[in-house]
Amino acid sequence: MNDLRSLIQIKGLRDGLLVSLADASWEEQQSALLARMDQQPSFFQGARLALDVGAQVLHVNELVELRDQLSDRNVILWAMLSESPTTEQTAQLLGLATRISKPRPEEMRFAPEDQNNQTALFIDKTLRSGTRIEFPGHVVIVGDVNPGAEVVAEGNIIVWGRLRGAVHAGLKGDENSKVCALDFAPMQLRIAEQSASIKKEKQILGPVAAFIRNGRVVIESWKFS
Amino acid sequence: MAAQVVTISSGKGGVGKTTAVANLAFALALDGDKVACIDGDIGLRNLDVVMGLENRIVYDIVDVIEGRCKLRQAMIRDKHLPELYLIPAAQTRDKNAVSPSDMKRVCDELRPSMDFILIDSPAGIERGFRNAIAPADRVLVITNPEVSAVRDADRVIGILEAEEKHSPALVINRLNPDLVKQHDMLSAEDVLDLLGIQLIGIVPEDEAVIVGSNRGVPVSQDPKSRAGQAFRNIAHRLKGQEVPFMDFGNKQSGLWDRIQKMTGRR
Repeated sequence: MNDLRSLIQIKGLRDGLLVSLADASWEEQQSALLARMDQQPSFFQGARLALDVGAQVLHVNELVELRDQLSDRNVILWAMLSESPTTEQTAQLLGLATRISKPRPEEMRFAPEDQNNQTALFIDKTLRSGTRIEFPGHVVIVGDVNPGAEVVAEGNIIVWGRLRGAVHAGLKGDENSKVCALDFAPMQLRIAEQSASIKKEKQILGPVAAFIRNGRVVIESWKFS
Repeated sequence: MAAQVVTISSGKGGVGKTTAVANLAFALALDGDKVACIDGDIGLRNLDVVMGLENRIVYDIVDVIEGRCKLRQAMIRDKHLPELYLIPAAQTRDKNAVSPSDMKRVCDELRPSMDFILIDSPAGIERGFRNAIAPADRVLVITNPEVSAVRDADRVIGILEAEEKHSPALVINRLNPDLVKQHDMLSAEDVLDLLGIQLIGIVPEDEAVIVGSNRGVPVSQDPKSRAGQAFRNIAHRLKGQEVPFMDFGNKQSGLWDRIQKMTGRR
């Protein structure tokens, strides 16, 4: 354990500390981090921590354990940065940020041809209030999207269930993106740059698809063709 | 004997967490179970008031955690039920005085000598809430049939599911069957439909609950109160007994209703 210290890099951010962990097993990373905190408790006291774990794959129980250990030391975990989609998803489920504010690069125009190359995120559960899913591709949800939940995708959003939350498809401006749901009553609907409000009286029963036609959002019965 | 730790939570404030804890505790204790209640709302305590024990507080849970007294010293015994205890919250501190592992330690110390440990969670989803759910074997999410309360309950359920806690059970509190009939209130079915978790009880709106809370005599001791009956049913279900749900639909079908039907006024 001679290189305990070299596992950890700490940087000050405007709104907290950014701790980057070098590649190692999670046990090593975790104990190195906690040991470091116990050495300098006054430095970490009350800190807001963003943790960059690189490619480490973390599951809910591991992250919850760490968060509780941190809160025992009066440190708040507010963001998790990771290259692993699993870890990102875990962090999102626990309501942690997965991106820290950097000066935003000019948004790039989206080339429609890319649609077929995009990957999809498959979610096999109901998204409850407070959950936010953001994915650079398509999102498929088998379950409901409850009021207060948010789904943002660069591609299509397909909900095999009731859509009651807020959705934004084609985040980067792809006007070919669609939003489909078996039961369609989103609180907010956006496709590319267009948004639409859904009036309760005009709700279409049965499966519905929303897409852009002639620069406007159109909502129609979802035909399987 | 190893106690079951049950946390009552809601997200939104004012839906009846504290009242439910007090009522369930009395119902269980009346049944002969050994029950300890822990007030998790540090800084805004009121379980002691609802249980009618506020003038007996000497030590509180923060004293226990910070080693100023033994756990036994902070446990206040109820006036009438010798197997019912309250561990009060500190009023002069805040949520950061306690950590999730402190709560686990206190519960583990209590477990061998109790049947049930009920934890009253504070409103919100921050530190105090996480303290309250950390030691829980079971979480009851309580909501009112109102859109805002249901939204918050949904959020809480999402967090509990994410933390892989034993699936929470739902209590719908303050249901007014007449308003539901007039379509002016969400029905129990509407709430269940959205939240999609197991239902453990429906408590009807009942003025006696408020009176009981103010007097420090929870309504579950009153054999005539319907809300009290509902809380007793939940207590039995917590113990794994099958109790049929109360029928609220027929509450109004008294003499007056029948007269109205006969005279064709409905």
